[in-house]
Amino acid sequence: MTEVTMTVNGKLMRGEVEGRTLLVSFLRDQLGLTGTHVGCDTSQCGACVVHVDGKAVKSCTMLALEADGAEVATIEGQADADGSLNVIQQAFQDHHGLQCGFCTPGMVMSAAALLKENPKPTEDEIRHYLEGNICRCTGYHNIVKAILAASGQEAAAIAAE
Amino acid sequence: MYEFEFVKPTTLADAIAALGAEEAQALGGGQTLIPTMKQRLAAPAVLVSLTGIEEMKGVSIGDGIITIGGATPHAVVAEAVAGAYPALAALAGNIGDPAVRNRGTIGGSLANNDPSACYPAAALASGATVVTSNREIAADDYFQGMFTTALEDGEIVTAVRFPVPEVASYRKFEQPASRFALVGVFVAKYPEGVRVAVTGASEEGVFRWTEAEAALSVEFSPDALEGLNVSPEGMIGDLHGTAEYRAHLVKVMTKRAVAACIG
Repeated sequence: MTEVTMTVNGKLMRGEVEGRTLLVSFLRDQLGLTGTHVGCDTSQCGACVVHVDGKAVKSCTMLALEADGAEVATIEGQADADGSLNVIQQAFQDHHGLQCGFCTPGMVMSAAALLKENPKPTEDEIRHYLEGNICRCTGYHNIVKAILAASGQEAAAIAAE
Repeated sequence: MYEFEFVKPTTLADAIAALGAEEAQALGGGQTLIPTMKQRLAAPAVLVSLTGIEEMKGVSIGDGIITIGGATPHAVVAEAVAGAYPALAALAGNIGDPAVRNRGTIGGSLANNDPSACYPAAALASGATVVTSNREIAADDYFQGMFTTALEDGEIVTAVRFPVPEVASYRKFEQPASRFALVGVFVAKYPEGVRVAVTGASEEGVFRWTEAEAALSVEFSPDALEGLNVSPEGMIGDLHGTAEYRAHLVKVMTKRAVAACIG
Protein backbone atom coordinates (compact mmCIF):
# COMPACT_ATOMS: atom_id res chain seq x y z
CA MET A 1 0.00 0.00 0.00
CA THR A 2 1.15 3.50 -0.78
CA GLU A 3 0.06 6.76 0.77
CA VAL A 4 -1.81 9.11 -1.55
CA THR A 5 -2.66 12.72 -0.86
CA MET A 6 -4.94 14.94 -2.91
CA THR A 7 -7.11 17.98 -2.46
CA VAL A 8 -10.71 16.94 -3.02
CA ASN A 9 -13.29 19.70 -3.26
CA GLY A 10 -10.90 22.02 -1.47
CA LYS A 11 -10.04 19.69 1.41
CA LEU A 12 -6.76 17.86 1.79
CA MET A 13 -7.43 14.12 1.88
CA ARG A 14 -5.09 11.21 2.52
CA GLY A 15 -5.43 7.49 2.12
CA GLU A 16 -3.59 4.24 1.53
CA VAL A 17 -4.05 2.64 -1.86
CA GLU A 18 -2.72 -0.16 -3.99
CA GLY A 19 -1.11 0.57 -7.33
CA ARG A 20 -4.22 -0.73 -9.06
CA THR A 21 -6.71 1.37 -7.04
CA LEU A 22 -8.68 3.50 -9.47
CA LEU A 23 -9.34 7.14 -8.68
CA VAL A 24 -13.07 6.45 -8.65
CA SER A 25 -12.61 3.63 -6.12
CA PHE A 26 -10.58 5.89 -3.87
CA LEU A 27 -13.22 8.63 -4.04
CA ARG A 28 -16.16 6.33 -3.46
CA ASP A 29 -14.84 3.59 -1.18
CA GLN A 30 -12.31 5.46 0.93
CA LEU A 31 -13.61 9.01 0.96
CA GLY A 32 -17.29 8.05 0.80
CA LEU A 33 -17.91 10.42 -2.09
CA THR A 34 -20.42 8.20 -3.83
CA GLY A 35 -21.83 10.95 -6.03
CA THR A 36 -19.27 9.95 -8.67
CA HIS A 37 -20.78 6.89 -10.33
CA VAL A 38 -19.33 3.84 -12.03
CA GLY A 39 -21.49 3.12 -15.05
CA CYS A 40 -19.59 1.03 -17.54
CA ASP A 41 -16.12 0.76 -15.98
CA THR A 42 -14.72 0.81 -19.52
CA SER A 43 -14.35 4.59 -20.04
CA GLN A 44 -17.28 4.76 -22.44
CA CYS A 45 -20.13 6.20 -20.38
CA GLY A 46 -18.75 9.19 -18.48
CA ALA A 47 -20.78 8.69 -15.26
CA CYS A 48 -17.44 8.84 -13.42
CA VAL A 49 -16.22 12.18 -14.83
CA VAL A 50 -14.45 14.34 -12.26
CA HIS A 51 -11.98 17.21 -12.68
CA VAL A 52 -8.31 16.66 -11.98
CA ASP A 53 -6.31 19.89 -11.92
CA GLY A 54 -9.21 21.54 -13.70
CA LYS A 55 -9.53 19.01 -16.52
CA ALA A 56 -12.40 16.56 -17.00
CA VAL A 57 -11.22 12.96 -16.75
CA LYS A 58 -12.85 9.58 -16.43
CA SER A 59 -12.00 8.52 -12.90
CA CYS A 60 -12.56 4.84 -13.73
CA THR A 61 -9.66 5.07 -16.16
CA MET A 62 -7.13 6.84 -13.99
CA LEU A 63 -5.16 5.36 -11.13
CA ALA A 64 -5.55 7.01 -7.73
CA LEU A 65 -1.78 7.33 -7.51
CA GLU A 66 -1.77 9.33 -10.75
CA ALA A 67 -3.81 11.95 -8.88
CA ASP A 68 -1.31 12.17 -6.02
CA GLY A 69 -0.87 15.85 -5.20
CA ALA A 70 -3.65 16.91 -7.58
CA GLU A 71 -6.70 19.12 -7.09
CA VAL A 72 -9.77 16.96 -7.62
CA ALA A 73 -13.31 18.27 -7.98
CA THR A 74 -16.33 15.99 -7.75
CA ILE A 75 -20.07 16.51 -7.91
CA GLU A 76 -20.17 16.89 -4.12
CA GLY A 77 -18.16 20.09 -4.39
CA GLN A 78 -20.30 21.72 -7.04
CA ALA A 79 -22.97 23.35 -4.87
CA ASP A 80 -22.47 26.95 -3.85
CA ALA A 81 -20.95 27.79 -0.48
CA ASP A 82 -24.38 28.11 1.17
CA GLY A 83 -25.34 24.64 -0.03
CA SER A 84 -27.68 25.80 -2.79
CA LEU A 85 -27.37 24.27 -6.25
CA ASN A 86 -24.92 25.97 -8.58
CA VAL A 87 -26.02 27.42 -11.91
CA ILE A 88 -25.53 24.17 -13.84
CA GLN A 89 -27.21 21.97 -11.24
CA GLN A 90 -30.13 24.39 -10.98
CA ALA A 91 -30.50 24.42 -14.76
CA PHE A 92 -30.61 20.60 -14.80
CA GLN A 93 -33.44 20.76 -12.27
CA ASP A 94 -35.29 23.57 -14.06
CA HIS A 95 -35.10 21.88 -17.46
CA HIS A 96 -35.57 18.34 -16.22
CA GLY A 97 -32.11 17.42 -17.48
CA LEU A 98 -32.31 13.96 -15.97
CA GLN A 99 -34.55 10.97 -15.90
CA CYS A 100 -33.13 8.20 -13.71
CA GLY A 101 -30.25 10.47 -12.68
CA PHE A 102 -27.48 7.90 -12.85
CA CYS A 103 -25.46 9.75 -15.50
CA THR A 104 -26.15 13.18 -14.00
CA PRO A 105 -22.99 13.62 -11.89
CA GLY A 106 -20.85 12.99 -14.96
CA MET A 107 -23.07 15.17 -17.14
CA VAL A 108 -22.81 18.07 -14.68
CA MET A 109 -19.03 17.71 -14.40
CA SER A 110 -18.62 17.55 -18.19
CA ALA A 111 -20.93 20.55 -18.56
CA ALA A 112 -18.84 22.47 -16.02
CA ALA A 113 -15.66 21.64 -17.96
CA LEU A 114 -17.29 22.71 -21.23
CA LEU A 115 -18.54 26.05 -19.89
CA LYS A 116 -15.12 26.81 -18.45
CA GLU A 117 -13.54 26.31 -21.90
CA ASN A 118 -16.41 27.76 -23.87
CA PRO A 119 -18.82 29.96 -21.87
CA LYS A 120 -21.40 30.28 -24.68
CA PRO A 121 -21.41 26.98 -26.58
CA THR A 122 -23.77 26.34 -29.43
CA GLU A 123 -26.17 23.41 -29.32
CA ASP A 124 -23.86 21.48 -31.68
CA GLU A 125 -20.83 22.21 -29.53
CA ILE A 126 -22.66 20.94 -26.44
CA ARG A 127 -23.73 17.73 -28.17
CA HIS A 128 -20.20 17.18 -29.48
CA TYR A 129 -18.66 17.81 -26.06
CA LEU A 130 -20.98 15.28 -24.44
CA GLU A 131 -19.86 12.48 -26.80
CA GLY A 132 -18.23 10.70 -23.88
CA ASN A 133 -21.26 10.92 -21.59
CA ILE A 134 -23.97 8.38 -22.17
CA CYS A 135 -27.53 8.73 -20.83
CA ARG A 136 -29.23 5.39 -21.19
CA CYS A 137 -32.61 7.03 -20.54
CA THR A 138 -31.81 9.01 -23.73
CA GLY A 139 -32.46 12.24 -21.86
CA TYR A 140 -30.01 14.19 -23.99
CA HIS A 141 -32.42 16.78 -25.25
CA ASN A 142 -33.19 18.28 -21.85
CA ILE A 143 -29.56 17.92 -20.79
CA VAL A 144 -28.55 20.05 -23.78
CA LYS A 145 -31.29 22.53 -22.91
CA ALA A 146 -30.07 22.71 -19.32
CA ILE A 147 -26.52 23.44 -20.41
CA LEU A 148 -27.69 26.11 -22.86
CA ALA A 149 -29.69 27.68 -20.03
CA ALA A 150 -26.76 27.44 -17.61
CA SER A 151 -24.67 29.38 -20.12
CA GLY A 152 -27.27 32.15 -20.10
CA GLN A 153 -28.67 31.31 -23.54
CA GLU A 154 -32.23 30.78 -24.67
CA ALA A 155 -32.98 27.07 -24.28
CA ALA A 156 -36.64 26.90 -25.22
CA ALA A 157 -36.15 27.13 -28.97
CA ILE A 158 -34.13 24.01 -29.73
CA ALA A 159 -35.90 21.26 -31.58
CA ALA A 160 -35.85 17.65 -30.44
CA GLU A 161 -33.59 15.38 -32.47
CA MET B 1 -6.87 -5.75 -12.55
CA TYR B 2 -3.97 -7.70 -11.03
CA GLU B 3 -1.88 -5.80 -8.52
CA PHE B 4 1.38 -4.23 -9.68
CA GLU B 5 4.02 -1.91 -8.36
CA PHE B 6 3.39 1.69 -9.47
CA VAL B 7 6.27 4.08 -9.99
CA LYS B 8 6.15 7.62 -11.28
CA PRO B 9 9.60 8.90 -12.16
CA THR B 10 10.17 12.58 -12.88
CA THR B 11 13.06 12.18 -15.30
CA LEU B 12 13.50 10.15 -18.47
CA ALA B 13 16.65 8.55 -17.05
CA ASP B 14 14.74 7.27 -14.04
CA ALA B 15 11.95 5.98 -16.27
CA ILE B 16 14.41 4.04 -18.43
CA ALA B 17 15.96 2.55 -15.30
CA ALA B 18 12.55 1.60 -13.90
CA LEU B 19 11.57 -0.06 -17.19
CA GLY B 20 14.59 -2.32 -16.84
CA ALA B 21 12.72 -4.30 -14.19
CA GLU B 22 11.24 -7.69 -15.00
CA GLU B 23 7.72 -7.42 -16.52
CA ALA B 24 7.78 -3.63 -16.42
CA GLN B 25 5.49 -1.63 -18.69
CA ALA B 26 5.29 2.08 -19.49
CA LEU B 27 2.01 3.90 -18.80
CA GLY B 28 1.08 6.98 -20.81
CA GLY B 29 -2.36 8.42 -20.18
CA GLY B 30 -3.72 4.92 -19.61
CA GLN B 31 -6.78 5.30 -21.82
CA THR B 32 -6.02 2.00 -23.54
CA LEU B 33 -3.70 0.27 -21.09
CA ILE B 34 -5.94 0.61 -18.01
CA PRO B 35 -9.00 -0.93 -19.74
CA THR B 36 -6.69 -3.65 -21.10
CA MET B 37 -5.38 -4.36 -17.63
CA LYS B 38 -8.91 -4.44 -16.20
CA GLN B 39 -9.68 -7.22 -18.65
CA ARG B 40 -6.46 -8.92 -17.53
CA LEU B 41 -5.20 -8.89 -21.10
CA ALA B 42 -2.12 -7.14 -19.74
CA ALA B 43 -0.63 -7.80 -16.32
CA PRO B 44 2.64 -5.93 -15.80
CA ALA B 45 4.50 -6.43 -12.53
CA VAL B 46 5.71 -2.84 -12.56
CA LEU B 47 3.86 0.06 -14.12
CA VAL B 48 6.05 3.05 -14.94
CA SER B 49 4.00 6.21 -15.34
CA LEU B 50 5.42 8.67 -17.85
CA THR B 51 3.04 11.47 -16.90
CA GLY B 52 5.39 13.04 -14.35
CA ILE B 53 8.24 13.60 -16.80
CA GLU B 54 8.18 17.29 -17.72
CA GLU B 55 10.85 16.92 -20.43
CA MET B 56 8.43 14.70 -22.37
CA LYS B 57 5.57 17.20 -22.39
CA GLY B 58 4.71 20.12 -24.60
CA VAL B 59 4.81 21.25 -28.22
CA SER B 60 7.45 23.30 -30.01
CA ILE B 61 7.09 24.74 -33.48
CA GLY B 62 9.86 26.02 -35.72
CA ASP B 63 11.46 25.74 -39.19
CA GLY B 64 8.53 23.83 -40.63
CA ILE B 65 8.78 21.13 -37.97
CA ILE B 66 6.42 20.51 -35.06
CA THR B 67 7.89 18.57 -32.16
CA ILE B 68 5.42 17.04 -29.72
CA GLY B 69 6.58 15.50 -26.45
CA GLY B 70 5.57 11.87 -26.07
CA ALA B 71 3.63 12.52 -22.85
CA THR B 72 1.59 15.38 -24.32
CA PRO B 73 -2.17 14.81 -24.09
CA HIS B 74 -4.36 15.04 -27.19
CA ALA B 75 -6.21 18.09 -25.85
CA VAL B 76 -2.95 20.02 -25.54
CA VAL B 77 -1.89 19.07 -29.08
CA ALA B 78 -5.28 20.10 -30.45
CA GLU B 79 -4.84 23.58 -29.07
CA ALA B 80 -1.10 24.02 -29.60
CA VAL B 81 -0.91 23.14 -33.31
CA ALA B 82 -4.22 24.67 -34.43
CA GLY B 83 -2.39 27.44 -36.29
CA ALA B 84 0.68 25.56 -37.49
CA TYR B 85 -0.88 22.26 -38.59
CA PRO B 86 -4.69 22.50 -38.56
CA ALA B 87 -5.29 18.96 -39.86
CA LEU B 88 -3.21 17.49 -37.04
CA ALA B 89 -5.01 19.70 -34.51
CA ALA B 90 -8.38 18.59 -35.85
CA LEU B 91 -7.35 14.94 -35.62
CA ALA B 92 -6.09 15.31 -32.04
CA GLY B 93 -9.23 17.23 -31.08
CA ASN B 94 -11.50 14.48 -32.33
CA ILE B 95 -9.95 11.43 -30.67
CA GLY B 96 -12.34 9.73 -28.26
CA ASP B 97 -14.09 12.35 -26.16
CA PRO B 98 -12.96 15.39 -24.12
CA ALA B 99 -12.14 13.40 -20.96
CA VAL B 100 -10.12 10.86 -22.93
CA ARG B 101 -8.26 13.67 -24.71
CA ASN B 102 -7.23 15.16 -21.36
CA ARG B 103 -5.40 11.94 -20.43
CA GLY B 104 -4.44 10.07 -23.59
CA THR B 105 -1.01 10.90 -25.03
CA ILE B 106 0.53 10.85 -28.49
CA GLY B 107 3.39 8.64 -27.31
CA GLY B 108 0.96 6.16 -25.79
CA SER B 109 -1.10 6.04 -28.96
CA LEU B 110 1.91 5.47 -31.20
CA ALA B 111 3.45 2.87 -28.88
CA ASN B 112 0.18 0.94 -28.80
CA ASN B 113 -0.43 1.23 -32.58
CA ASP B 114 -4.06 0.23 -32.39
CA PRO B 115 -5.16 -0.63 -35.96
CA SER B 116 -8.02 1.89 -35.64
CA ALA B 117 -6.21 4.72 -33.84
CA CYS B 118 -5.97 8.15 -35.45
CA TYR B 119 -2.42 9.27 -34.64
CA PRO B 120 -0.66 6.53 -36.62
CA ALA B 121 -2.34 7.87 -39.78
CA ALA B 122 -1.08 11.39 -39.07
CA ALA B 123 2.45 10.20 -38.31
CA LEU B 124 2.68 7.99 -41.39
CA ALA B 125 1.10 10.50 -43.79
CA SER B 126 3.36 13.26 -42.47
CA GLY B 127 6.50 11.17 -42.74
CA ALA B 128 7.03 11.95 -39.07
CA THR B 129 10.04 10.93 -37.05
CA VAL B 130 9.42 8.97 -33.87
CA VAL B 131 12.05 9.97 -31.33
CA THR B 132 12.67 7.37 -28.65
CA SER B 133 14.80 7.10 -25.57
CA ASN B 134 17.70 5.80 -27.65
CA ARG B 135 17.18 6.56 -31.37
CA GLU B 136 15.08 8.16 -34.09
CA ILE B 137 12.78 6.05 -36.25
CA ALA B 138 11.17 7.15 -39.52
CA ALA B 139 7.41 6.56 -39.51
CA ASP B 140 7.84 4.35 -42.61
CA ASP B 141 9.95 1.98 -40.52
CA TYR B 142 8.12 2.42 -37.23
CA PHE B 143 4.71 0.85 -37.92
CA GLN B 144 5.08 -2.91 -38.36
CA GLY B 145 1.55 -4.28 -38.19
CA MET B 146 -1.42 -4.38 -35.86
CA PHE B 147 -0.27 -3.45 -32.32
CA THR B 148 3.30 -3.90 -33.52
CA THR B 149 6.01 -1.25 -33.82
CA ALA B 150 9.78 -1.01 -34.12
CA LEU B 151 9.98 -0.22 -30.40
CA GLU B 152 12.05 -2.59 -28.33
CA ASP B 153 11.38 -3.58 -24.73
CA GLY B 154 11.83 -0.63 -22.42
CA GLU B 155 12.08 1.88 -25.29
CA ILE B 156 10.02 5.03 -24.74
CA VAL B 157 8.54 7.37 -27.36
CA THR B 158 9.91 10.66 -26.03
CA ALA B 159 8.78 12.90 -28.90
CA VAL B 160 7.36 12.94 -32.41
CA ARG B 161 8.53 15.34 -35.11
CA PHE B 162 6.06 16.29 -37.83
CA PRO B 163 7.17 18.13 -40.98
CA VAL B 164 4.41 20.64 -41.72
CA PRO B 165 2.76 19.97 -45.11
CA GLU B 166 1.51 22.55 -47.61
CA VAL B 167 -2.00 21.28 -46.98
CA ALA B 168 -3.50 18.26 -45.29
CA SER B 169 -6.76 16.77 -44.11
CA TYR B 170 -7.88 13.80 -42.03
CA ARG B 171 -11.30 12.27 -42.62
CA LYS B 172 -12.55 9.71 -40.14
CA PHE B 173 -15.56 7.50 -40.64
CA GLU B 174 -16.35 6.80 -37.02
CA GLN B 175 -17.47 3.55 -35.53
CA PRO B 176 -20.30 5.21 -33.63
CA ALA B 177 -19.96 3.35 -30.32
CA SER B 178 -16.21 3.55 -29.78
CA ARG B 179 -15.53 6.58 -31.97
CA PHE B 180 -12.42 4.82 -33.21
CA ALA B 181 -11.96 5.03 -36.96
CA LEU B 182 -13.89 2.44 -38.92
CA VAL B 183 -11.73 3.91 -41.66
CA GLY B 184 -9.66 7.06 -41.37
CA VAL B 185 -7.58 8.60 -44.14
CA PHE B 186 -4.92 11.27 -43.69
CA VAL B 187 -3.80 13.05 -46.86
CA ALA B 188 -0.78 15.37 -46.66
CA LYS B 189 0.69 17.31 -49.60
CA TYR B 190 4.39 18.13 -49.45
CA PRO B 191 6.63 19.72 -52.10
CA GLU B 192 8.14 16.23 -52.70
CA GLY B 193 4.73 14.67 -53.24
CA VAL B 194 1.50 13.57 -51.62
CA ARG B 195 1.32 10.99 -48.83
CA VAL B 196 -1.84 9.05 -47.98
CA ALA B 197 -2.11 6.97 -44.81
CA VAL B 198 -5.07 4.76 -43.93
CA THR B 199 -6.07 3.60 -40.45
CA GLY B 200 -8.89 1.35 -39.28
CA ALA B 201 -9.03 -0.67 -42.47
CA SER B 202 -6.22 -3.18 -42.70
CA GLU B 203 -5.39 -6.32 -40.77
CA GLU B 204 -1.82 -5.03 -40.98
CA GLY B 205 -2.64 -1.77 -39.20
CA VAL B 206 -1.94 1.67 -40.64
CA PHE B 207 -0.66 1.64 -44.23
CA ARG B 208 0.19 3.98 -47.10
CA TRP B 209 -2.04 3.82 -50.16
CA THR B 210 0.78 4.28 -52.62
CA GLU B 211 -1.34 4.14 -55.81
CA ALA B 212 -3.36 7.08 -54.52
CA GLU B 213 -0.18 8.93 -53.59
CA ALA B 214 1.17 8.52 -57.13
CA ALA B 215 -2.08 9.67 -58.73
CA LEU B 216 -2.49 12.63 -56.37
CA SER B 217 1.12 13.70 -56.83
CA VAL B 218 0.34 14.13 -60.55
CA GLU B 219 -3.07 15.74 -60.09
CA PHE B 220 -4.21 16.79 -56.62
CA SER B 221 -7.95 16.37 -57.00
CA PRO B 222 -10.58 13.76 -56.01
CA ASP B 223 -11.00 12.96 -59.72
CA ALA B 224 -7.44 11.66 -59.86
CA LEU B 225 -8.60 8.70 -57.75
CA GLU B 226 -11.45 7.72 -60.10
CA GLY B 227 -9.71 4.79 -61.77
CA LEU B 228 -8.28 3.35 -58.55
CA ASN B 229 -9.75 0.64 -56.40
CA VAL B 230 -8.70 -0.87 -53.09
CA SER B 231 -8.73 -4.63 -52.77
CA PRO B 232 -10.73 -6.04 -49.83
CA GLU B 233 -8.04 -8.66 -49.38
CA GLY B 234 -6.39 -8.16 -45.99
CA MET B 235 -9.00 -5.65 -44.86
CA ILE B 236 -10.64 -5.99 -41.45
CA GLY B 237 -14.11 -7.52 -41.53
CA ASP B 238 -16.20 -7.52 -38.36
CA LEU B 239 -19.72 -6.79 -37.12
CA HIS B 240 -19.22 -3.08 -37.83
CA GLY B 241 -18.36 -3.54 -41.48
CA THR B 242 -17.18 -6.12 -43.99
CA ALA B 243 -13.78 -6.10 -45.64
CA GLU B 244 -15.46 -4.96 -48.89
CA TYR B 245 -17.16 -2.10 -47.06
CA ARG B 246 -13.91 -0.92 -45.52
CA ALA B 247 -12.08 -1.18 -48.85
CA HIS B 248 -14.78 0.97 -50.41
CA LEU B 249 -14.56 3.48 -47.57
CA VAL B 250 -10.81 3.91 -48.07
CA LYS B 251 -11.42 5.47 -51.48
CA VAL B 252 -14.42 7.48 -50.31
CA MET B 253 -12.59 8.94 -47.34
CA THR B 254 -9.47 9.67 -49.41
CA LYS B 255 -11.59 11.60 -51.90
CA ARG B 256 -13.21 13.53 -49.08
CA ALA B 257 -9.84 14.34 -47.56
CA VAL B 258 -8.52 15.63 -50.88
CA ALA B 259 -11.69 17.63 -51.45
CA ALA B 260 -11.29 19.18 -48.00
CA CYS B 261 -7.68 20.10 -48.83
CA ILE B 262 -8.56 21.97 -52.00
CA GLY B 263 -11.97 23.27 -50.87
